[in-house]
Amino acid sequence: MELVYGHPKSLKPIQTKYCPGCGHGVIHRLITEVIDEMGMQEKSIILNPVGCSIWASLYFDFDSVQVPHGRTPAGATAVKRMLPDHLVICYQGDGDLAAIGTAEAVHAANRGEKFTTIFVNNAIYGMTGGQMAPTTLVGQKATTAPYGRDPIENGMGYPIRVLEMLATLGGTKYLARGAVNNAVNVRKTKQYIRKAFEAQMRGEGSSMVEILSQCPTNWAMEPADSVGWVESAMIPFYALGEIKNELADVAGKEAGK
Amino acid sequence: MAAEKRLMKGNEAMGEAAVRAGCDAYFGYPITPQNELTAYMAKHMIDHKRVFIQAESEVSAINMVYGAAATGARSMTSSSSPGVSLKQEGISYACGADVPMVVINVARSGPGLGGISPAQGDYFQSTRGGGHGDYHHIVLAPKSVQEAADLTFEAFDLADEWRMPAMILADGMIGQMMEGVVLPEPKDPATRVAKPWAVGNKGKRAELNHVDSTQLVPENFEKALHARYARYDEIKRTVARWEEQHLEDADVILSAYGTSARVCLGAMQMARKLGLKVGLLRPITLWPFPEKRFGELAGKRFLVVEMSMGQMVEDVRLYTHGKSEVSFYGRCGGMIPTEEDVLAEIRRILKK
Repeated sequence: MELVYGHPKSLKPIQTKYCPGCGHGVIHRLITEVIDEMGMQEKSIILNPVGCSIWASLYFDFDSVQVPHGRTPAGATAVKRMLPDHLVICYQGDGDLAAIGTAEAVHAANRGEKFTTIFVNNAIYGMTGGQMAPTTLVGQKATTAPYGRDPIENGMGYPIRVLEMLATLGGTKYLARGAVNNAVNVRKTKQYIRKAFEAQMRGEGSSMVEILSQCPTNWAMEPADSVGWVESAMIPFYALGEIKNELADVAGKEAGK
Repeated sequence: MAAEKRLMKGNEAMGEAAVRAGCDAYFGYPITPQNELTAYMAKHMIDHKRVFIQAESEVSAINMVYGAAATGARSMTSSSSPGVSLKQEGISYACGADVPMVVINVARSGPGLGGISPAQGDYFQSTRGGGHGDYHHIVLAPKSVQEAADLTFEAFDLADEWRMPAMILADGMIGQMMEGVVLPEPKDPATRVAKPWAVGNKGKRAELNHVDSTQLVPENFEKALHARYARYDEIKRTVARWEEQHLEDADVILSAYGTSARVCLGAMQMARKLGLKVGLLRPITLWPFPEKRFGELAGKRFLVVEMSMGQMVEDVRLYTHGKSEVSFYGRCGGMIPTEEDVLAEIRRILKK
């Protein structure tokens, strides 16, 4: 009988340390499925950030480099420049990418560095225990925004739409936003990852896939409720789809774009 | 063919030495007084089809160095004092992950933005581990353009051999002045230290490679730190280097590094002409500090001269074990002591 579904070869068959309902596990799986399909396991390198996904190197069955908080795109820049035939993945959370590492993210994108960023946006700091992130929604509660994010009175600012900001830069060629809160979105997100990885290996420029993800623990929700909150609260603000697609592969562009 | 002697600025000589050492990737950010070095690398790295990036910050530059070095490449950055402060986070990570790299500090005066004139106020930062955590890395202090080139060339080998950053602690004087220099022959890539720990090109390698400073299990972390410090002991035994002159009969030993040692050399020669018995002990490696040699000379009288409020003087006191009378003469804020200043201090000490 033909095996049509199995554990990805590039993902180690061990239980993760992630909380129940967390999106990281699904995202890890999508990345490794695409790597397996592309036959890139032995030429993949992940740069894992500071945050919950510091554990990533335990689970991915390929080499990794761990960098200081927010410096992930700087490290990825150099790894990809030295090893241009490798698939280099810059895995970042919202605090890593959009707060402490904003400069690195913006400038690597602007230089058109040919690695792919997987940007996991769960609108909160996970590992440190639920502090307000740059992507925390207005009114959303966090340990450091106990009455909810208040942009004006307490000067907490507004949530940052990273892809829309990066879309203005000449170096960015592919920017897409997916989610892992239901099967349809999971499948679409995998397509975005695949397009980004393939564009990287064609040397087309900077690519990033933002993935809206659940953090039930720090949102103080049941896992089942957290996927609903992605739908009802996050997606209306963080629109899904290809935010920018300037890939040479015109046929691969999303229908209607 | 005899090696050609060229007239070069210190910053450019260090750049050319790095190119000849086989530097595969350079990452920099503008800061005075090291800008000629970054400009030199911009031209020559591109001409050699190697990697050059002007980063968006010192912080980004050091992490690019770390990323390139993680792949096994010879990787370097250069900066000056305030910029090197920003690099300390990355240096701590490199020490934690045992990643070799070369960092050049063409030091200026501080604290804060300070000034752009030469100074030696970064001794503590360089030798104590300027970032967080338990660590050291190699620190080399050139006194001339020739030595700046030689030590930069050698720094790549030392970094690779000991799997740690090697820092050149120069200053604005060394970086900016022009002198004759004979450059080293280009390093044969076949003689480089193998890096089986580097990421990428996995091929048939059985184990995965992770370049990582994370260790969340205290028992394991303690063991790892002990192993690293055992390596540090080996470095102290084998890498420490210094220059010494006229120690045998010296009534007072001048001790200084880099530019201030150059001044001391002139002061010593003037003193000897006057019949004063003055010697010189110049650490070339600041870490490892030549502690054994200082220990052997414990009991002798020392005059430490620095372009700071007094930093290396603490190591001289430490490694002469309280048995030596140790005086200090310093200029700071970008001021450079003259040979006459130092001679006057010698005469004051010797009451002659």
